[in-house]
Amino acid sequence: MNHNLQIHTKDITMHFQNTKVLDNINLSIAKGEIFGLLGPSGAGKTTLIKILTGQLKPTSGVVSLFGKEKERIEQECMSQIGMVLDNTGLYERLTCYDNLLLFARIYGIDKSEINIVLQKVGLDDAAKKCVNKLSKGMKQRLVFARALMHKPKILFLDEPTSGLDPVIASSLHSLVMEEKNKGTTVFLTTHNMEEATKLCDNVALLNKGEIIELGNPYELCRRYNHQNKLIILTKSGEQIELMNQASSAMRVADFLSNNEIESIHSTEPNLETVFMELTGRGLDTDEHEKSSRYF
Amino acid sequence: MNMKKVAAIFRKQLKDTLKNKEVLIQFIMFPVIATIMQNSIRIEDMPRNYFVILFATMYIGMSPLTSTASILAEEKEKNTLRVLLMSNVKASEYLLGVGSYIFLICMLGSVIFAVVGQYRGIEFVLFLSIMALGILISILIGAGIGTLSKNQMSATSVTVIVMLIFSFLPMIAMFNEGVAKVSRFTFSQQLNDWLKGIGTISIHVDTIGILLLNMIVALLIFVLGYRRCKLA
Repeated sequence: MNHNLQIHTKDITMHFQNTKVLDNINLSIAKGEIFGLLGPSGAGKTTLIKILTGQLKPTSGVVSLFGKEKERIEQECMSQIGMVLDNTGLYERLTCYDNLLLFARIYGIDKSEINIVLQKVGLDDAAKKCVNKLSKGMKQRLVFARALMHKPKILFLDEPTSGLDPVIASSLHSLVMEEKNKGTTVFLTTHNMEEATKLCDNVALLNKGEIIELGNPYELCRRYNHQNKLIILTKSGEQIELMNQASSAMRVADFLSNNEIESIHSTEPNLETVFMELTGRGLDTDEHEKSSRYF
Repeated sequence: MNMKKVAAIFRKQLKDTLKNKEVLIQFIMFPVIATIMQNSIRIEDMPRNYFVILFATMYIGMSPLTSTASILAEEKEKNTLRVLLMSNVKASEYLLGVGSYIFLICMLGSVIFAVVGQYRGIEFVLFLSIMALGILISILIGAGIGTLSKNQMSATSVTVIVMLIFSFLPMIAMFNEGVAKVSRFTFSQQLNDWLKGIGTISIHVDTIGILLLNMIVALLIFVLGYRRCKLA
């Protein structure tokens, strides 16, 4: 096995009663990689993250974390993992500082780390505030702080920016990139294709429990750029479509030299349109999370 | 078993309970009521320490049981327990941390009962030993209810019934022989009898049997709950 691999799954299949929720999931995620699992609600993202974090045992298949093959993740791996999951799991009556103090004691971390990590997520001024007085964005940043405090080697993020305003989402994106630069492997589930494109080195598109496409987000978009056109909007309001090839170069040059161009775009699809092409439905499809019925 | 983690859970619980009025009141209500009643009500031919023993029995049957069930159920409902268990805290470390906190705080309450009852020397030690045994069984029953319950609401509905049985049966049994026949099978009734006879305690086989049976049933409920729900 490649020792650079931090997360590896082989033929993971999961059934809940008679329903197949995941079907032969094979993933290989390298150290320092940000991997995005994209799919609509009900695709099986949360089920897969629960299997990877040892909360669920797959019906069949093998999960490896840090190169150790196990049917189910054992507890000693947990201290090297940070998690930001769907439910915050914060002690509402305790302050931000006390919430982190508990985990500092559990992990045997020096107390000084608490203030450092609170500053990092921008909660240093709210250290003495009780969690039940925090906004949703602040709570999510505190969960991030808790996940980062023990300097994990793998970070699992389940819809980390869901329901947050763009400014807070952006600050969390910066934190994720910072962790990646330190060599942390990040496993991210999202149905936000912009987030995935911005952050991820590789993404897997998950639909009805199956991985239907896998690769670098930009490469995926280029691969599905069937139209391969340029759309030019002129200052007079006219929209002109040109093939993205050498024969169009003269016309584009003419528009540019005459200063006629208002905007110019390629027809390269985004991840959402790639997903739609493959499945006939969008990433925001509002289906009930199949697996949630079972917990 | 990592004692640092047990201590971390213990300290967390200490801080959390100080801000949790619902649980905090469980610990102080009965010692306070007993203090007031014992010092303010004087009835002719009233048995020695009548109110202390009455409320100490209710304390055993109610406070450790309801607080353990409530704390466990809340941790499950709010997902904090899952986060702890996924942070390399073993279920046994968590239970020991929370259980030892409840045990200690209830023993502090028991000291108040002992002081109000003016127990001295060996009587003081016996009183606290009986209370310790009752608190332990009560914590186990509470842990069983807490692990089996999905949330605080379902824990409360079960706790109220169980708590009523263990705390009020010994009191009703004083006035009703029929109830007394049933009540004698509860640990709280047996401990109530011991408390009433402090200084002249005679240990009978059936008393030990009933206490052991209560403890085994409490353990079985807890193990069943733990196996089914794995705490998280």
